Amino acid sequence: MLSANRQEASRHGAYWLIVLPALLMLALLYFVPLGNVLLTSVTDPKPGLQNYGLLFTSTSVQKALVTTVRIAAITTFFALLLGYVVAYAMRAASTRTQRFMLVGVLLPFWISVLVRSFAWIALLGTQGPLNSALVAWGLVDEPVALVRNETGVLIGMVHIMVPYAVLTLYANMRGIDVGLVAAARSLGASRFQAFRMVFLPLTVPGLIGAGTLVFILSLGFYVTPALLGGGKVLMIAEYVAVQINDTLRWGLGTMLAATLMIAVLGCLWALSRVIDVKRLFGA
Amino acid sequence: MNRLQPTGIVAALAWFILSFLALPAFAVIPISFTDTRYLSMPEEGLSLQHWRTFLSSPQWLGSIWQSLWIAVVSTVAAVIAGTLCAVGCWRIASSLSDKVRGLMILPMAVPTIVYALGLYRLYVDLDLVGTAFGVVLAHTVTGLPYVVLTVSASLSNLDPRLEQAARGLGASLGQTLRYVIVPNIVPGVLSGAIFAFIHSWDELVVVIFIGGRALFTLPRRMWDGINDNLDPVIAVVATGMILFTLLVLTAELSLRARRTN
Repeated sequence: MLSANRQEASRHGAYWLIVLPALLMLALLYFVPLGNVLLTSVTDPKPGLQNYGLLFTSTSVQKALVTTVRIAAITTFFALLLGYVVAYAMRAASTRTQRFMLVGVLLPFWISVLVRSFAWIALLGTQGPLNSALVAWGLVDEPVALVRNETGVLIGMVHIMVPYAVLTLYANMRGIDVGLVAAARSLGASRFQAFRMVFLPLTVPGLIGAGTLVFILSLGFYVTPALLGGGKVLMIAEYVAVQINDTLRWGLGTMLAATLMIAVLGCLWALSRVIDVKRLFGA
Repeated sequence: MNRLQPTGIVAALAWFILSFLALPAFAVIPISFTDTRYLSMPEEGLSLQHWRTFLSSPQWLGSIWQSLWIAVVSTVAAVIAGTLCAVGCWRIASSLSDKVRGLMILPMAVPTIVYALGLYRLYVDLDLVGTAFGVVLAHTVTGLPYVVLTVSASLSNLDPRLEQAARGLGASLGQTLRYVIVPNIVPGVLSGAIFAFIHSWDELVVVIFIGGRALFTLPRRMWDGINDNLDPVIAVVATGMILFTLLVLTAELSLRARRTN
């Protein structure tokens, strides 16, 4: 029995050995850099928490924080709204239609964020097709500014986040027994009552999961706000990049990056107490 | 009747949202054939001028090669390390190995800008800023989660007793991996490879920080192009990237169909 246990342990030893390369890479090339960010945020230019004090005293830092949270919150709201409609229609559709719809969701998901942001610049610009159409139809007198402002950032970000919302919500809705809705209907509930009192409450875990996922991904966005905001809509990530690339204020830059990371991990931790987080990322 | 019955309005709305999701990116295709010198739809007719500019530009073509081989090398590395890690965690199946798997997907959640900042500082010390090797290392580590996730999904359908039988009959760990485990999880490994490849091929934020003055992958050259001047050549590049992604995604979907069958 003892030798069988030892044999079992040594066999696991061999398996730990094959886990090691990935784990070492992650430790040295991922966690060391993150640790470096945390360390720099409390040592540059001199040891102490004065960088974090800027969160409470610097108006430009606070403005970036408020902008970031506002845009992430609005993005989350619209991504959930649009995502819910699509996920609901998918849940109700036949298997064949479902597959078509899934392709429609995955297609933009896998086209690079850079390419999609560029496409929005081209579409929404003052010389772009959308403005040409609006002018031609007489809906507006002159081209509207749809890009290089907050509207552009929101359009681009919602577009990127809806697929995340759909996939998470759909995974949740797939587990719901729709027979419950049918039962409510046969007991005399109207279509809307059956939805609001039976189906909707069952999708709350999905809404919480999808909402948190979209919100934390939105918090750290860099490429889309930088391109579609035209430098006018400064979210934290872009603010950090400016500190590092232009003004070389490493202390301030790493402090904001560390704050961002802590906020994201904090949200994930809170979420992990409610649902299995690993499944959010497709596990 | 065991189905939801959405009203026609909901279904119509869903299809409208789906077209809002899927269609905009494709606008770059007609724009790439524009006959004007600025970013717009073709006005008088189609023109190949921007495609010619693209195909005769050593910078753009060089960036394609740069991106391609960085993506290939980092994908191979991520697939090997990620598959071994997933198999190990699957077989150990303790709470510790579950935690390892959880750590592995952390790079998907932490904002890339935070990582890019830290990596830049590390690379300054290691003298890796502006090197392709440095980018390969970064893309390998950030590609690992995709491989670990898809391979773990494949493994969850595999009976652990297969492995026990092979080891019990005297197969070494290497033989068990080679002849028993890997053949059973090929679709998962390939899916992971595809995701890791697209991840590296599209990755921009890390390269902006660690690329230095000289290293321009395709996304970084595009980024610079968009920030400098909105040349229609960028629409040509975007078209190429979309078509390439579609090709790769089709491969993934057919793999997924095989995996579920």
